[in-house]
Amino acid sequence: MKNSPSLDDQLEMYRKMVLVRQLEESLGELHKQGKTRGPIHRCDGQEAVGVGATAMLSSDDYVTSTHRGHAHYVGKGLDIHKIVAEILGRETGYCKGRAGHMIVASAEHGLLGGNAIVGACIPAAVGMAQSLKLLKSDRVAMCVFGDGSAQTGICHESMNIAALWKLPVIFVLEHNEYGLTVHSDEQSAIKDLYKRAEAYGMPGKKVDGNDMLAVYESVATSVDRARRGEGPSLIEAKTYRRAGFSTSDMGGYQSEEKIALWEKKDPITIAVKKLKKLVEPTTLRDIEELAIQHVKDAVDQALADPYPTFEPHAASNPYRGVVL
Amino acid sequence: MTMQRYAEALNSALREEMARDDTVWLFGEDVSTYGGVFKVSKGLRDEFGPERVLDTPISEQTLTAMAVTAAMTGTRPVLEIMYADFMPLTLDALVNQASIYEYIWADQVQMPFVLRTQGGGGAGAGAQHSKSLDVLVAHVPGIKVVAPATPADAKGLLKAAIRDPHPVVFLEHKLLYNSRDEVPDGDHLCEIGKARTAREGSDVSIFATSKMVHDALKAATELEADGISAEVIDLRTLRPLDNTAIVQSVKKTNHAVVVNEGWRFCGFGAELSATIMEQAFDDLDAPVERLGTFDMPIPYSEPLETSVLPDAEKIAAAARRALR
Ligand SMILES: Cc1ncc(C[n+]2csc(CCOP(=O)(O)OP(=O)(O)O)c2C)c(N)n1
Ligand SMILES: [Mg+2]
Repeated sequence: MKNSPSLDDQLEMYRKMVLVRQLEESLGELHKQGKTRGPIHRCDGQEAVGVGATAMLSSDDYVTSTHRGHAHYVGKGLDIHKIVAEILGRETGYCKGRAGHMIVASAEHGLLGGNAIVGACIPAAVGMAQSLKLLKSDRVAMCVFGDGSAQTGICHESMNIAALWKLPVIFVLEHNEYGLTVHSDEQSAIKDLYKRAEAYGMPGKKVDGNDMLAVYESVATSVDRARRGEGPSLIEAKTYRRAGFSTSDMGGYQSEEKIALWEKKDPITIAVKKLKKLVEPTTLRDIEELAIQHVKDAVDQALADPYPTFEPHAASNPYRGVVL
Repeated sequence: MTMQRYAEALNSALREEMARDDTVWLFGEDVSTYGGVFKVSKGLRDEFGPERVLDTPISEQTLTAMAVTAAMTGTRPVLEIMYADFMPLTLDALVNQASIYEYIWADQVQMPFVLRTQGGGGAGAGAQHSKSLDVLVAHVPGIKVVAPATPADAKGLLKAAIRDPHPVVFLEHKLLYNSRDEVPDGDHLCEIGKARTAREGSDVSIFATSKMVHDALKAATELEADGISAEVIDLRTLRPLDNTAIVQSVKKTNHAVVVNEGWRFCGFGAELSATIMEQAFDDLDAPVERLGTFDMPIPYSEPLETSVLPDAEKIAAAARRALR
């Protein structure tokens, strides 16, 4: 079927989901050991959205992301070691340790980038899409953003402009039910945010965000549409934030039953169940073991990497005379 | 040389740069079919087509965010924000996005965009259409801020701003659009970051930007009648600031008046006065005199508005105080 991933693509998506899960668990450990700085926003249980939505893109398509972007980074092909090194503030990180875990960018992968201002990645993708349209390119820009971000004024402005100008944007709404500690039911009068799409004059779809194949197929159709110059789409991927808001979350507002329920719908388990019909179990086990080892090696290497040394930056400090 | 209005000089700059580089495009409210509410983009839609000269929805936050990311992905947007009073709506895109990425992303991207706006009082436009908010942006490392006073500089600086690889906020003044003066023919460029001596003098230096340069020149004529020789320095760029020109002039006159049309408290005059104190303290014979708009909302009625804005009379009085 058109827009279904090949078996190799599916195995690669599975591998990337395992990479992300192991990355999140390792970061959790590093945080406990006091080896990270600032909060880390984990996406355990949401891997299928970021990985499934980016799997059909090429490296010169653009993705803009959020403070919870690890699955988007890995989905877009960023190297685990350089991601971890960035999060650990090392010279070898994607941004030489200047960005930290929330604002990672890799221009060569078209990932520009994580964004810790809620909602800001949405107009960011629209601006990129406008550039692509002017350049008469068939590349696309995708923003992956949360249910909380969907309540910003810039989300409204962006969707209106993208639909009005038929820009090649794919709005991927990663609905994990929470914006920090407040449930989405207390942030929006409607449960299904994809319904807004119709009002802007673009297609809107809802998809099971824990099923990587469903995410892939739904997003791929929208990517094709955008490449044909037919304009943007909104895909709402329903998932759940199992990991708490960040490593500094003290909890107490998410029910254990609900978390347990969503653990049963784990995206990696769902993928394994489907893939077992297509390949030997050992194939999946090998992929899993290699992915876990890959992350462990990346962490060890990053921990041994050097810290950057400070230097003033002329472009961002256009100031004559006094530098410091 | 050709006699041109300030607005026409800006129009020539846009036309020449759009003809020179087809990645340059304009967008903003009413800029296309109508040619801009101050007619700065008049005729450009006909010449370059609606794809490169776009009327937009009233969505300043998103438009500014789009300029930032369009600029990092291969085109050179020039955004018009109709009034400087609307700059607060642009601030997330400037302060949290544009200003950080070159440094934070370790030079993986550049953002060659220009945000044009116009401010200033004296036209009876009321408290929400008369402000000079220069310092809101001049405060932020990573953004250049220019404010031309003459048609020649309007053209030369706008052309330089469009070619600059970094974000530039371009501040025009509503009362200058109709001012006429000679503009050099051909590819006239002014270096961003260089002040201009608008009038030579030996007793007191008056440092000003935008419309205040003209008020300072009027004040200098008035002072001349009393035998006072005032030097007027048109700073032209607020950031990067031409410290060298400032220090040189103070060394010569030993007296300084700083004037900016924004509010006095925490205003641009405070930065100028501190710069003079730090870098030319030994050359000063008297404290620096600082002028700005009186610290209150700008009222509508003419006698009230005139009372709060700095003007030639107030500048001349300040120069006399400095020389007392
Ligand atoms: C403009 C802005 N407001 C508030 C915050 C604080 N904040 C960070 S993440 C967050 C919740 C965002 O929710 P959502 O978009 O659903 O993303 P999720 O955390 O669920 O992935 C908030 C309120 C912020 N970073 N930026
Ligand atoms: Mg959320």
